[in-house]
Amino acid sequence: MALPLKLEKTHKTPGATLVGETLVLDLSGGLWLPEHRTLVVSDLHLEKGSAFAARSGQFLPPYDTRETLACLHEAVARLDPARVVCLGDSFHDAQGPSRLDVADRALIAALQEGRDWVWISGNHDRAVQDGIGGRFADTLALGALILRHEPASRPEPGEVAGHFHPVGKVAMRGRAVRRRCFVLDATRLVMPAFGSLTGGLNVRDKTFDDLFPGGFTAHLIGDGRVFAIARTMLTRD
Amino acid sequence: MPDASASPTLPAAFAAWFAARGWAPRPHQLALLAAARDGRSALLVAPTGAGKTLAGFLPTLVELAEGSGSGKGGLHTLYISPLKALAVDIARNLEAPVAGIGLDQTIRIETRTGDTPSHKRSRQVARPPHILLTTPEQLALLIAHREAAELFRGLKRVVLDELHALVTSKRGDLLSLALARLHRLAPGLAMTGLSATVREPDALRRYLVPQHPKPAMADLITVQGGARADLHMLETGRTLPLAGHTAWQSMPAVYELIRTHKLVLVFVNTRLQAEYTFQELWNLNDDGLPIALHHGSLDATQRRKVEAAMAAGVLRAVVCTATLDLGIDWGDVDLVINIGAPKGASRIMQRIGRANHRMDEPSKAYLVPANRFEMLECRAALDAVEEAAQDTPDPRTGALDVLAQHVLGMACAGPFSEDELYDEVRAASPYADLSRDDFLLVLDYVATGGYALRAYERFAKILRGPDGLWRVRDARTAQQYRMNVGTIIEASKVKVRLARRNRTKPGSVLPAGGRVLGEIEEDFAETLTVGDTFLFAGEILRFEGLHEDEALVTRGPPGTDPAIPSYAGSKFPLSTFLAARVRALIADPFEWDRLPAQVADYLVQQRRRSVLPGPRDLLVETFPRANRHYLACFPFEGRLAHQTLGMLLTRRLERAGMRPLGFAANDYGLAVFGTRDLSERIGREPGFLDGLFAQDMLGDDLEEWLDESAMMKRTFRQCAVIAGLIERRHPGQRKTGRQVTISTDLIYDVLRKHQPGHLLLRAARQDAATGLLDVARLGVMLARIQGRIIHKALDRVSPLAVNVMLEIGRERVYGEGADEILAEAEAALLDEALA
Repeated sequence: MALPLKLEKTHKTPGATLVGETLVLDLSGGLWLPEHRTLVVSDLHLEKGSAFAARSGQFLPPYDTRETLACLHEAVARLDPARVVCLGDSFHDAQGPSRLDVADRALIAALQEGRDWVWISGNHDRAVQDGIGGRFADTLALGALILRHEPASRPEPGEVAGHFHPVGKVAMRGRAVRRRCFVLDATRLVMPAFGSLTGGLNVRDKTFDDLFPGGFTAHLIGDGRVFAIARTMLTRD
Repeated sequence: MPDASASPTLPAAFAAWFAARGWAPRPHQLALLAAARDGRSALLVAPTGAGKTLAGFLPTLVELAEGSGSGKGGLHTLYISPLKALAVDIARNLEAPVAGIGLDQTIRIETRTGDTPSHKRSRQVARPPHILLTTPEQLALLIAHREAAELFRGLKRVVLDELHALVTSKRGDLLSLALARLHRLAPGLAMTGLSATVREPDALRRYLVPQHPKPAMADLITVQGGARADLHMLETGRTLPLAGHTAWQSMPAVYELIRTHKLVLVFVNTRLQAEYTFQELWNLNDDGLPIALHHGSLDATQRRKVEAAMAAGVLRAVVCTATLDLGIDWGDVDLVINIGAPKGASRIMQRIGRANHRMDEPSKAYLVPANRFEMLECRAALDAVEEAAQDTPDPRTGALDVLAQHVLGMACAGPFSEDELYDEVRAASPYADLSRDDFLLVLDYVATGGYALRAYERFAKILRGPDGLWRVRDARTAQQYRMNVGTIIEASKVKVRLARRNRTKPGSVLPAGGRVLGEIEEDFAETLTVGDTFLFAGEILRFEGLHEDEALVTRGPPGTDPAIPSYAGSKFPLSTFLAARVRALIADPFEWDRLPAQVADYLVQQRRRSVLPGPRDLLVETFPRANRHYLACFPFEGRLAHQTLGMLLTRRLERAGMRPLGFAANDYGLAVFGTRDLSERIGREPGFLDGLFAQDMLGDDLEEWLDESAMMKRTFRQCAVIAGLIERRHPGQRKTGRQVTISTDLIYDVLRKHQPGHLLLRAARQDAATGLLDVARLGVMLARIQGRIIHKALDRVSPLAVNVMLEIGRERVYGEGADEILAEAEAALLDEALA
């Protein structure tokens, strides 16, 4: 049985660009845009646990919101962004905000303090329009980038989107590793889900062939850093 | 114990039936009848062939014949078997005596299994038969039925078959809770337990009767073990290897035995060994003998065919796994052959008992070791059988996840009071010591998930009404319970299909057309990547990809080694009892005369080159080999405990700056390897070795490792399914998009961080102690060896160490070291960029 390599922990991968904009794919699963001092996080799915309890009687640990916000807090404290963009599906359902715990609500308010906070609406939380601080938008343009929840069917250069919760899987020598990932080509980026209890869709699914007809590179979030993996190295579930 | 001579005489019709066959009722059959007349529960411990089943049913048949049964003809007796097939078989076997005694017009006997159609099930509740034969899972469903109180009110007796096999698992916990409920629904209910010989019959006697308000035991009726088994180790005169599990050297001798007997059961320990053995025997089968294969990965209809052929007497041999350990008598087996290590004395006796089901004639059996270590193990097992020494496991402490499932079921049956249910649960022997605090935690878990953060109060699954009684929330919750019942979590499997090469497109394959070779675990299939080679069905196969839930393969080119090792040894760990005997054999040169010469020579070599440890000692050897430094030790505590020990030792060596690179483990020992000189360090630093094996490794080091251990996550997943936190995936159910499913690994991580004391984490830890990690056994071993570590610094590998060294590179790793894999995949991208 081989032992894990000891790899230095590092939050940033240098070097990715999209339509001339610098992208930093953060180990937290967020996207850091240094030129705009903006942190983008996608698919937080806050209050997913309570949504399951209400709808199906499955009692997942109710700590998902706290956990997600703690990760967000860590990234915000480290990067000190002027702007935070939540790229849609920030809440698992439209009633999510009303089920927020007092402490979690206060945590969101504290994160919003002193910075521009944008809630992009997604398919799960389109009906959420106020009562949770920040401003609401369907899309947001930042320099050459266009930020929206669901990738447009016709490619638009510079698009940053979420929605699909991409994960990549690497299998070799009898071992398999399945991790959240950023999916990138020269024109668009699909972000991983940031939420703590969110599942994932394998990037070898046909969905991603349609989105990236010319192929892509998946940046898998490891334990210590983000790894750029070629599509050919990734396997199906 | 009731005196058989004082037993009541049999009713005339019964006596006539016995007499007509030239039989006389056996003393234990009459003893059980006497216990039943007094309304007492009893445990019958008897070897196979003693007529246990008839003994179990005799009291019921007598009562029903005398009309002293359940008044208006309701359910009189329940029969519970661990196997669906066994229940069906027993029902068939009862037909003859029932008809012979002339009861076939008055007594209705039916079975109820997962295969029973729903209209028949409803009818069985509305108009129950006199005798119902079923399984623990079906009983759980029945007692959760709204009509349960009515159905079981007149129940007189429960017959529990193969009780020794039922009680050692979570199924036994679930069954014990169901029996506790039956005792309450039907006061005066008597239990009849039927068991093979066990080490501690008292544990089973307690299992049968309520332990609350005060502990009690059922009567014990023992039948002494018939004729002594005619048991030998198969010696072929050929030299066996130091490791490996295929026993290919012995196959011609095994074939010869099959040729000279009527029907031979060839037992092996794993599916892989079964496949291999079957293949080898076919290659030798010049006489065209009908030899069949029977194991759990085969299609059910295929297995039924083999069983029917055995019963019809058209087969000469069946190669089988534990699937044929229990129960059914298929045909007239005159020889049992066990290939590979016996692993446990009781297990091997059970298997031997499959031959010749007449207890006054000896069962004939051969043990076939596959390597020299297994020869030692076979010798130890022969001695144990000679002394009739048993090593059945200790009684269990009831699992909390199983209790959670049961509590929800009881709410489905009807409103319950907290106090009454607590008392009822403690009547079940695995839960006799359950604290009230823990019971309330389980109740809280069932109601709202048991979270410190009270987020789900308004969605509670069970609610306490103003009358103080707990009720299930709604019909949907009850439906969810019924879908989730049971404790067996089947690993999902995928078919392995031989693909045809695509001629028009070299290097690709056509998905359809080839035949199905069998099934492999989905977990294993998911780690394969195109081009990997692995061993299956006795062949080296090349993985070509997954296609619609099938693994497509082609035959590997001749001479290739399988790149992906799949564990081919025993999945049952060596029992503590046999391990102690093997250690004693090694330690005592006067015993070596009784070993095959090649094993004695091997031990002599070990003594000359290193040392032979005493029966309570731990031998640790350190030596260099090919630029690496090794530490090998031989605790003989089973592979699971050794793997856990290996993980913990490498952590400690890492902290001590010894740069370990990895380790390998098998049932007998383990070897850790690294780049720093271990002999030098141990020689220079007194106490280093003692510190390395100090008992406190089961504290923080273990905790830290458990946190990230993939085996722990797997254990947690099982608990989460049993306790109903996540829904069970049913066989045949297609995978839906992973986007909507929630990974239990994520749940585990979140829970561990925010509520480390949560009920399900406790349940998983309790399982880890005895299950995949075998921590409990490791703890006993570490205590035993304190101050008894014998170190030998050698300049090369010792004979003993060769066995475990051969394991290096064979094992798979689950989940550990994710970044290493990712870094390697990334490097491939870089290579591509630079090419």
